[in-house]
Amino acid sequence: MTVDVLIIGAGIIGSAVAEACARRGLCVQVLEAGIPAAGTTAAGMGHLVVLDDNPAELALSRDGLARWQARQHALPSQAEYRACGTLWLARDDEEMAEAERKQILLRQHGLDSQLLTADELRRCEPALVNGLAGALRRPDEAVLYPPVASRWLLSQAEALGAVLLRNAEVNCVNDEGEVSLSDGRTLRAANIIVAAGNQSTRLVPGLPLKPRKGQLLITERYPATVHHQLVELGYIRSAHTNDGDSVAFNVQPRATGQLLIGSSRQYNDLDSGLNWPLLQRMLARACEYLPGLLALQALRSWTGFRPATPDKLPLLGRVPGCQRLWLATGHEGLGITTALASGELLADLLCNTRPSLDPHPYDPARFDTWTAATPIQAVEAATC
Amino acid sequence: MLIRIELDGTVRQVPSGISLAAVLAGLPGRRSASGEPRAALCGMGVCFECRVTVDGQPHQRACQLPVREGMVVQRDV
Repeated sequence: MTVDVLIIGAGIIGSAVAEACARRGLCVQVLEAGIPAAGTTAAGMGHLVVLDDNPAELALSRDGLARWQARQHALPSQAEYRACGTLWLARDDEEMAEAERKQILLRQHGLDSQLLTADELRRCEPALVNGLAGALRRPDEAVLYPPVASRWLLSQAEALGAVLLRNAEVNCVNDEGEVSLSDGRTLRAANIIVAAGNQSTRLVPGLPLKPRKGQLLITERYPATVHHQLVELGYIRSAHTNDGDSVAFNVQPRATGQLLIGSSRQYNDLDSGLNWPLLQRMLARACEYLPGLLALQALRSWTGFRPATPDKLPLLGRVPGCQRLWLATGHEGLGITTALASGELLADLLCNTRPSLDPHPYDPARFDTWTAATPIQAVEAATC
Repeated sequence: MLIRIELDGTVRQVPSGISLAAVLAGLPGRRSASGEPRAALCGMGVCFECRVTVDGQPHQRACQLPVREGMVVQRDV
């Protein structure tokens, strides 16, 4: 049987694409080699935030957030959707000026925010260190528990007729619409979407994608210690650097009363074990903002790998030079926020409908290195 | 020898030298996130089931704490 769309990877991106395609009446199959949502999806913090480093990032994250907000009441309670809002913390006057700039930019895009003075900030988050200059509050942002939200999306797709194939390890794909599995089967589809996160590079040679390691730590339950998702204004700088290890303060109050503490970014470390010196740096940074963390007990710390492109924007669209082979990956650390936006955009492109967002900034063909590598040959090389 | 500790606002006399978990044995304790009763299980600091708030510090393991004169204990029931 030939299906309309065959999606490789049942993480949050593959699941969102599956659901968006199934809602458009397409016949959808999803292939998962391991456990759905057990890769990068399960490792992330689950923040739903608008980031504004560049217009394309802002557009995709804004659209993604709006779609989560619209569906929050349909999510199961275990998805722990919590509209706690975000506080972007300013350490000094220079960062406060950055907060003001951010407010103006967000307002231009219809997004509400409030500037908090140092006193207002201390009143709403007494656990924060004294001496911060203030903050920008984004009241409607949220956090959730990604693996549950992701599996919910997949179940929505299945309810619309999509079929999940488990234990389906893909060996190779080609532009003829063929997918070869390691058990010897060949599946056929009108369109193949590679949504396999960091694994995508194995299937599509030359993909401009690198794993970017991150570490997180979660504490015991200390309810009402903090009330908002707290992020330092320097976070975007950390997220958008291209080399070196970096840490940035980011703490979330989880629905359980636990505190989830991040964040770190690291290239060229493929070891899934903890990097203790970097974890120490990350926690020292967190303690600069929340000195009380020192007295709390950690429960667990883990690592994950963000699929990062050189410009930190995802790859959404056809593999350059291909007709049937598509990409939906490369969301770096923003894939939970942007999953629903990416799913809609890709489904629109597949159905040849005009997407609500300009798709060009996410078009995989934007990378020169890729086009120079004669992608059609590269993909043929992966043909079985 | 007996010493005094405060348990959920009530002063109690307990033998010195015993662990806090021994004091709490048989009494209702912590509840899990889903509301199930919890009590000391391993007795050696590994399972974290016997956690109580001691002198304002939450999540202290009762099995690892010898009782101390004037200790203030809350069972978080």
